[in-house]
Amino acid sequence: MSAHINHVVVVLQQVSLEEVPAKKLRLTKPSKSAALHIDLCKATSPTDALQYLLSFARRPVEAESVEGVVRILLEHYYKESDNSVRLKIASLLGLLSKTQGFAPDCIVDDAINTLNNEKSHQVLAQLLGTLLIIGTQLPDKIAVVQRLIDVACKHLSSTYFGVRNKCLQLLGCLGTVDKPLSKETDAGPGAQTSHVRDVQSVISDYFQDQDPRVRTAAIKAMLQLHERGMKIQQTIYNQACKLLSDDYEQVRSAAVQMVWVLSQLYPESIVPIPSSNEEIRLVDDSFGKICHMVSDGSWVVRVQAAKLLGSMHQVSPHFLEQTLDKKLMSDLRRKRTAHERAKELYASGEFSSGRRWADDAPKEKVDTSGVNLIDSGACGAFVHGLEDEMYEVRISAVEALCSLAQSSPSFAEKCLDFLVDMFNDEIEEVRLQSIHVLRQISTHITLREDQLDTVLAVLEDSSRDIREALHELLCYTNVSTKDCIQLALVELLKNLTKYPTDRNSVWKCLKFLGARHPTLVLPIVPELLSTHPYFDTPEPDMDDPAYIAVLVLVFNAAKSCPTMPALFSDHTFRHYAYLRDSLSHLVPHLRLPGRKQTASSGLEASGVGSGSLESAQNFLQDSLVRVSALQNLETPGAQDLLEFTIRDLLRLGELQTELAGSADFCATYLHCQLLLTKWLSFDDLEFLYSGLETQQIATIHNVRLQAKALQLILTARSKPGVDRVLGACEKFLQDVESFQRLFMTELPHFQDSFVEKLLELMPRLTTCKPLDLVKILQTTLRQSGFIHLKLPEQIHRASATIIEPTGESDNPLKFTTGLVVALDIDATLEHVQDPQTSVKVQVLYPDGQSHIIHPKPGDFRTPGPGRVRLITQVYLSHSAWTEACQIEVRLLLAYSSSSSKQSASKPAWNESMDGLPTSESCIEGTIHLSKPVKVFIMPKPARR
Amino acid sequence: MPDIKVTPLGAGQDVGRSCILVSIGGKNIMLDCGMHMGYNDDRRFPDFSYITQNGRLTEFLDCVIISHFHLDHCGALPYMSEMVGYDGPIYMTHPTKAICPILLEDFRKITVDKKGETNFFTSQMIKDCMKKVVPLNLHQTVQVDEELEIKAYYAGHVLGAAMVQIKVGSESVVYTGDYNMTPDRHLGAAWIDKCRPDLLISESTYATTIRDSKRCRERDFLKKVHETVERGGKVLIPVFALGRAQELCILLETFWERMNLKAPIYFSTGLTEKANHYYKLFITWTNQKIRKTFVQRNMFEFKHIKAFDRSYADNPGPMVVFATPGMLHAGQSLLIFKKWAGNEKNMVIMPGYCVQGTVGHKILNGQKKLEMEGRATLDVKLQVEYMSFSAHADAKGIMQLIRMAEPRNMLLVHGEAKKMEFLKDKIEQEFSISCYMPANGETTSIVTNPSVPVDISLNLLKREMALGGPLPDAKRPRTMHGTLIMKDNSLRLVSPEQALKELGLSEHQLRFTCRVQLHDPHSDNDTLGRIYTHLKRSANYTTHTSLLQK
Repeated sequence: MSAHINHVVVVLQQVSLEEVPAKKLRLTKPSKSAALHIDLCKATSPTDALQYLLSFARRPVEAESVEGVVRILLEHYYKESDNSVRLKIASLLGLLSKTQGFAPDCIVDDAINTLNNEKSHQVLAQLLGTLLIIGTQLPDKIAVVQRLIDVACKHLSSTYFGVRNKCLQLLGCLGTVDKPLSKETDAGPGAQTSHVRDVQSVISDYFQDQDPRVRTAAIKAMLQLHERGMKIQQTIYNQACKLLSDDYEQVRSAAVQMVWVLSQLYPESIVPIPSSNEEIRLVDDSFGKICHMVSDGSWVVRVQAAKLLGSMHQVSPHFLEQTLDKKLMSDLRRKRTAHERAKELYASGEFSSGRRWADDAPKEKVDTSGVNLIDSGACGAFVHGLEDEMYEVRISAVEALCSLAQSSPSFAEKCLDFLVDMFNDEIEEVRLQSIHVLRQISTHITLREDQLDTVLAVLEDSSRDIREALHELLCYTNVSTKDCIQLALVELLKNLTKYPTDRNSVWKCLKFLGARHPTLVLPIVPELLSTHPYFDTPEPDMDDPAYIAVLVLVFNAAKSCPTMPALFSDHTFRHYAYLRDSLSHLVPHLRLPGRKQTASSGLEASGVGSGSLESAQNFLQDSLVRVSALQNLETPGAQDLLEFTIRDLLRLGELQTELAGSADFCATYLHCQLLLTKWLSFDDLEFLYSGLETQQIATIHNVRLQAKALQLILTARSKPGVDRVLGACEKFLQDVESFQRLFMTELPHFQDSFVEKLLELMPRLTTCKPLDLVKILQTTLRQSGFIHLKLPEQIHRASATIIEPTGESDNPLKFTTGLVVALDIDATLEHVQDPQTSVKVQVLYPDGQSHIIHPKPGDFRTPGPGRVRLITQVYLSHSAWTEACQIEVRLLLAYSSSSSKQSASKPAWNESMDGLPTSESCIEGTIHLSKPVKVFIMPKPARR
Repeated sequence: MPDIKVTPLGAGQDVGRSCILVSIGGKNIMLDCGMHMGYNDDRRFPDFSYITQNGRLTEFLDCVIISHFHLDHCGALPYMSEMVGYDGPIYMTHPTKAICPILLEDFRKITVDKKGETNFFTSQMIKDCMKKVVPLNLHQTVQVDEELEIKAYYAGHVLGAAMVQIKVGSESVVYTGDYNMTPDRHLGAAWIDKCRPDLLISESTYATTIRDSKRCRERDFLKKVHETVERGGKVLIPVFALGRAQELCILLETFWERMNLKAPIYFSTGLTEKANHYYKLFITWTNQKIRKTFVQRNMFEFKHIKAFDRSYADNPGPMVVFATPGMLHAGQSLLIFKKWAGNEKNMVIMPGYCVQGTVGHKILNGQKKLEMEGRATLDVKLQVEYMSFSAHADAKGIMQLIRMAEPRNMLLVHGEAKKMEFLKDKIEQEFSISCYMPANGETTSIVTNPSVPVDISLNLLKREMALGGPLPDAKRPRTMHGTLIMKDNSLRLVSPEQALKELGLSEHQLRFTCRVQLHDPHSDNDTLGRIYTHLKRSANYTTHTSLLQK
């Protein structure tokens, strides 16, 4: 039977061989392949041919002529005797079959045929690579894939490692996922008895290959199968484990991955422990083995092992805790680790003095037989990883610790000491990472006093990133005693005096610290505020940042501790009123007994402002309803009402940060309306706010159209030149058209609006003369109603504040003309979408020169969601001035005008966007994002 | 059977005076040539008369290898090469070659100029000795002669410390010198590949110790210094000039930098300045952090650490001073200690071991009143701290190295006998390899099983491959059919035909016949046919077995 099949194959091959020349004659027509053909024929030496091929490879080939080119190449391939040229042709075939729009099935046969006569191993490997590419292009054609797999199986026994490598790769990428190979190959051509097995066992045979590269390729092929969704059999586990002790690092590295994959697939199955009768879960066993790899000789493997450990959440807690295990010994006597000592000291009530002589003196004698010098399994894996020579390994270990600790609170508690130790790493990246990690697991832990002490020591670090990460950490930290609070406060105040620029960050940190531990703060309040039961103490300076810091702590604690305000002295209440107003984001609202509401405004007086979010929201709605009652802006009193509403809204935004966005948005919108009625133009309502829905954007565009109409009328009246008006009219009509396309769905909301009327008149507008158009516009504008805003869920205002420079310095920044001076800028951005590309720094010199500087992407840091920190340097330079003068620095938000931005943010509209006129849409614009800051500079003339 | 012989002349069940003789494959190698700190008489140097009673050592030694620049590993070198007489090559790494003569000169000065000894080597001798040195690079294979090759691996411990692999044919020995498996602030961890030597000779200073993480130690140290300085106190750190001193300097320097501290740090000068210069040069021998950042700033160019002057000791305000020597027994460190001992705000931190009898040892044991020369007593009010910053591998580290190298035999030197005993048991138990710990002068021989390389002709190999089965079994031994030719010290395996041709011999065929009588009822032809088929079947089998036998 099989002989018969073989015969058929041979016949088939002959047929296909005969077909080749016939096709070739037909296909030499396209000019490109013809040129290549001529070139290759001209080539006298292999070097020439290689040159032609190289230059040919640089040009792209259209999909339709690919087949022709392939035929030409194949023809030359058969003629060519030089290996390197054939190799190049083979690689070109691969490249060509990747061409978009070209279906490579037609060349599969030819490519496979070439394999049969090839003698050179390198070319063979390259040809198999080409087949791999073809195969990946045709994943659906089962028959083709099957043939390729057969070819791969056939060449697996090659003596050259490259060929075996490629075959394994092919099997990994194409091996059938659902069914074993056997069924197909039995019936298929070229079936041999040895192939009645599935892909996995074929590949796993090569786990023991003599060449490390092939071993690696075999494991990678297996991993590839896994990625494609095939379930790897558990039988491979033992083989994979053996490969963990391979001599070559790339094999070990791949094997670690393999073991990990298996541990995720069969976590619960049971494996025997060699040399004993016990059995353990597979995930525990593999965890132990991967832990072992953390002390591997090659750091690449160590990094990988450490990383993978982090994702093994199913491991039993017993094994997990072993990873932090270490037993010390000195001269065969048991010794306690520094961590244990610290804990004991803490438990005994004596705070670590570090001054007791020989407190690390060795204790009892160790039983020599009981000492385990070789770490078996998971023992001490992280202890090793965290002390590794390479920081890559240390970082991965820290990350793994983090992810394991997040899923296991008891482990989190245990790894605390180690993480805290990492705060003293020599590389800043590692320190930073461990601080971040500690923050992430902070929900599970409470810091002991000695641990807090070590953590707080880092506050003196000169790196701002480290300090800020630590502030962030302290925001989320739980501490155990009131001494801890005091310690933290003292250290934070020390930090404040040493680095005054950290002011905001420190205050924020104390805010959370206070809110988190009201009961711990309560007993130390008198001490903190230095009040005395009998005597009046002097009133502290209200501008002292340290005093403010203390107050922030106390007020936030007082929020959930009603008994605390009783401890305040009179000036404290006054200071509360002041701070509540000036630093409302740091100081919460307090119910102070027997006191009038301190913050006073029209809003509160009207009885709405009890501080709660709900009532504020009601107020917002009320105001909007009031405004919506307006029908016409011409009515007397309407403008006043608008102005008042705007004022109220702005104030509301200041008091209720949660509603700031919405309130601000409404206010600005109303303001624009107001301005519109005052014959003024406007811009940029749209870009500053995120979270807007289509309807709101359409509303804004409506107003914009109104404004543009106004502008048009104005130009028409003031400048009688017809040409100019004509141009303007055309542009206006285009705008209207694009509005119609963009907001078709929203049109029902625009009843009686300017746009609706305009669109009704559209047929007339397009035909009439400019002057008529202007007249029509004028009347429509008068008639059009006022559209009311409906608020979406959440609106955020993009905003920025420049923290540094503060603009308060009187000392000019001196530098020599012609050279540059670097100005440090530190700013926080909120709710800015895609800050890397949109935020610019503008420097405005007194002579009107303005420079726009694009900060590097690396200068943006993201400390929290929606918040971005920009820490950058801008370079200033100017010609000589006679005296110091101020320049203005501000942040700008760049936008590329309406339509393009929308298309980027809302891809669903893409279809409607295609036909838009592009003339206007590419104009880039900027909006002021922050208030300008003035910096005193003084370029001095260069000394000769 | 061939064997490797190892004889420690020093450091056998002892610390100090490292000097180990190895004979391997007919080559004699001396590993390290150190002096003993504890003796001032002849026992100071290894007993070279063990090698030869009279005359020079040159003809008995093929090469000398020095692992690092500490005097207990290189202190006897000029004595051996110039006074006993040795003209062969001396191998050491570049940093060792640079720093070694500085230390030797210092050692000579102290012994000759201060103690007034005679019959000691001179400066010229040190110079002459250094001329015989051949420098080594890491992982560079150096061919000492046609058969002997050596290769250096990174060992941590001090700048330029190396582990050496010595290889003759397929036999090999690895000598670790002193090494450290945990990286520190300026050096990386020791590393070796899976070279599977026949013998690994390892130090075992901390055979019975498992140490806590260095981070805890560092943090303690920094915290103590920081607290004292903040209090306005002065910190004295007595150190030996090279090695740990640089480590502590880097530690303090980076801490000062990180924490933005302003208190001055001084280093009492001496040979340090010269040595520091070399530390700046040999950046490739340091750890990852220093290697990566030296483009911006060389970590050994200290910003906060300045040279000390005697008058600074009386300056008011906080300061940190590194001063030599490390055990407070003489010199500048003792002078400063006397000045500062009376103030409880001050602190002295002893970063290493102190020999009995020294001031350092006394104050570490809590003595509060010290008797000075001239009957004066000194009240010790300042705080005394002890902090171990030793750069030797602990028990776990030694085991880790064994795991890395996978040796067939193990030999322990450079440690105390009792501690070695423990480690020896552990090694034999965990790795099931034999472990030795010879005393000084005691010879250990290790039987090896070297493989004999044979050249095989390509044709023969290809023919055998064509016969053979599938490839994946290639790691298994296979029998093949060929002729071994031993000629001119070389072994070749060729096909029988080729051998005949080369040797000019003609082929002889031996035919064995024997007569068998058969009683068979069948006809002659029939019988013949049956015998033929039977033989044919078994012939396949017999040819196969004959192949195996040959």
